Amino acid sequence: MVAYIVRRSVMLIPILLLISLVSFAIIELPPGDWVTYQIENLRASGIELNEDEAERLVKMYGFDQPAWKRYVRWMRGILFKFNFGWSFQWGKTVNELLGERLPLTLVISISALIVSWIIAIPIGIYSATHQYSVLDYIFTFFGFLGLTIPTFLLAMVLAWYIFKLTEFAPLGLFSIEYMDEPMSMEKFIDMLKHLVLPLIIIGLNGTGALIRVMRGNLLDELKKQYVITARAKGVNEMQLLFKYPVRMSMNPVISTIGWILPGIFSGEVLVSLVLGLQTTGPLLLRAVLAQDMFLAGSIVMILSVLTVIGTLLSDILLAALDPRIRYSAAAAR
Amino acid sequence: MSDTGRGDLLLEVRNLQVHFYLFEGVVQAVNDVSFDVHRGRTLGIIGESGSGKSVSAQSVMGIVPSPPAKQLAGEIRLHRATPDGGIETVDLGRLDPRGQEYRDVRGGEIGMIFQEPMTSFSPLHTVGDQIGEAILLHIPDSTPQSARERTVDLLRRVGIPRPDRAVDAYPHELSGGMRQRAMIAMALSCDPALLIADEPTTALDVTIEAQILELIQELQDDLNMAIIYISHDLAVVGGVADEVMVMYLGLVMEHADAETIFDEPLHPYTRALWQSIPKIDGPLEQLVPISGNIPNPFAVHKGCPFYARCTERIQGVCDESPPPVLEPRQGHTVRCFLYADDVDLASNGATGD
Ligand SMILES: Nc1ncnc2c1ncn2[C@@H]1O[C@H](COP(=O)(O)OP(=O)(O)O)[C@@H](O)[C@H]1O
Ligand code: SF4
Ligand SMILES: [Mg+2]
Repeated sequence: MVAYIVRRSVMLIPILLLISLVSFAIIELPPGDWVTYQIENLRASGIELNEDEAERLVKMYGFDQPAWKRYVRWMRGILFKFNFGWSFQWGKTVNELLGERLPLTLVISISALIVSWIIAIPIGIYSATHQYSVLDYIFTFFGFLGLTIPTFLLAMVLAWYIFKLTEFAPLGLFSIEYMDEPMSMEKFIDMLKHLVLPLIIIGLNGTGALIRVMRGNLLDELKKQYVITARAKGVNEMQLLFKYPVRMSMNPVISTIGWILPGIFSGEVLVSLVLGLQTTGPLLLRAVLAQDMFLAGSIVMILSVLTVIGTLLSDILLAALDPRIRYSAAAAR
Repeated sequence: MSDTGRGDLLLEVRNLQVHFYLFEGVVQAVNDVSFDVHRGRTLGIIGESGSGKSVSAQSVMGIVPSPPAKQLAGEIRLHRATPDGGIETVDLGRLDPRGQEYRDVRGGEIGMIFQEPMTSFSPLHTVGDQIGEAILLHIPDSTPQSARERTVDLLRRVGIPRPDRAVDAYPHELSGGMRQRAMIAMALSCDPALLIADEPTTALDVTIEAQILELIQELQDDLNMAIIYISHDLAVVGGVADEVMVMYLGLVMEHADAETIFDEPLHPYTRALWQSIPKIDGPLEQLVPISGNIPNPFAVHKGCPFYARCTERIQGVCDESPPPVLEPRQGHTVRCFLYADDVDLASNGATGD
């Protein structure tokens, strides 16, 4: 098992290198660069910028040097100083920006994830064990609804309804009256109120899909011979369900961790935009729009790295839970 | 259980009827099935695929998936030994299949082995865990430790090499034959009075099949177990069974002791089956497959379900009403108009074909 983890981790190195190159290419790809863009902006707005000053800007950001030098400089910063570079647009380091946004993003994403698992897994189990029952049909209906309605639309409609009915605007993180107040109990409660809607919306978004996955997997497993064998032993139906088929049908759910992890980091871009939440999602969007290259590249890179690590994590979890995978991993060694 | 002798009645199934209610229609999987099982003896059930053999066995076990299945009629009476050496009768058909009482019978009094050794075990749990589970459930006062010891003994008993290692093996680490042995160990883990074997060797190659059959018979002699042996392989059933029941589309067509049914089959379907096996001494050309296919399982038959394929059918009789169950000889029953008295035929207004 340890050897398996080590082997898989070593295999990550070339992938991570490739990711960093691609991310850097994204930074460099757009024609022109931020400095020329700024210089032109300044000139367009009538401010005279002499050539010296322009050159100083270019030098400062290393745009006079070959691209690979800029890449090395960027990577060195990340690897040795954990410094992702400078955001031109915000006039802050990328680290600072992410530091401001990540806590909220993580709180929302992780609670939404937990919400969706807590709702979806029991419903999936119920639907599979009560296939074609009235409740199964109802869950299926809402599951499909959740799958097909775009979340940002749901966010807009619900936010509007809540405002209409309660005069409470579930936008942003705080109500205006608390905006500049120091943290207090009232402010905290106000924040929780604002978080309910995004949690429900983002949580429900994954729920529909997860119910389908769980229900489908479990239905497949319930038909398998080993379930009948266990039943033929006289095992109590509940015990049987959780010991055998439910455990088996969790495997595909666990393998989704690979793409859940980057989702947790980026948050739900559209929902955050609609509800005015300062998560990392809108940050990435604006960075891309404004050609804020180091910020955009860094976020893209972090997302990709998280995907890769998430995949590794789910593979390790699967191997820990499923002896067949462990076995083939050992055999492949 | 030592008080109960070989040949004593253990299980009576009477007029069992189980239908499946599917979107596509109703499958009359089991329509009228009756049989007795005696301690220490083997009942063989033969029939082409889809004839209701497995559903009959699953009904005895109480593991027919329901819904979609529904038991419409029938009694399943088990005459089981009580701890004080007596016999008590339970009507399994009346018990809740998920209830405690039925679960005590399942895996306790009745053990079952299945066709698919590859998928019969959960891949996520060790063989020892899965066999031990049955022991913990059914053997009073057992502990994980005693269950493990008993499992190792069982694995040794069914001929698995190095049982103390195999107990911790995962199913995928064992070969198909070894897995089927482990499956037998599981079914026998609680000294069942009845072992139901549903095509246990169909998925195995011939050498392994012979070994498994030998093992089952050896165990039967040791444990005085009754066996229901299901197969579509006539040679296999001929080798193990004391009496044989031939099924077709949910009906028992013929039932007699093994020797009689192989030497003097009465039912046209049985005869057709017998002709379809290549004779060991004869040339292979003698293989005569039964003409026609098994009819659509959703079909409802007014007369004899074998009518469409029967070479001896009596037009106007066999397709008009269901054939009666007759007993032309003591202990030899057959469901066919051919053995009815002329009086019966006449009363049906029939003429010969
Ligand atoms: N779980 C099930 N769902 C629907 N139909 C079934 C099920 N099990 C058996 N049947 C149907 O019942 C009939 C008898 O099946 P079975 O007892 O398995 O036949 P056999 O074991 O003799 O091959 C078949 O037509 C089969 O399709
Ligand atoms: S009842 Fe008629 S059709 Fe059916 S097996 Fe007998 S002879 Fe053939
Ligand atoms: Mg079968």
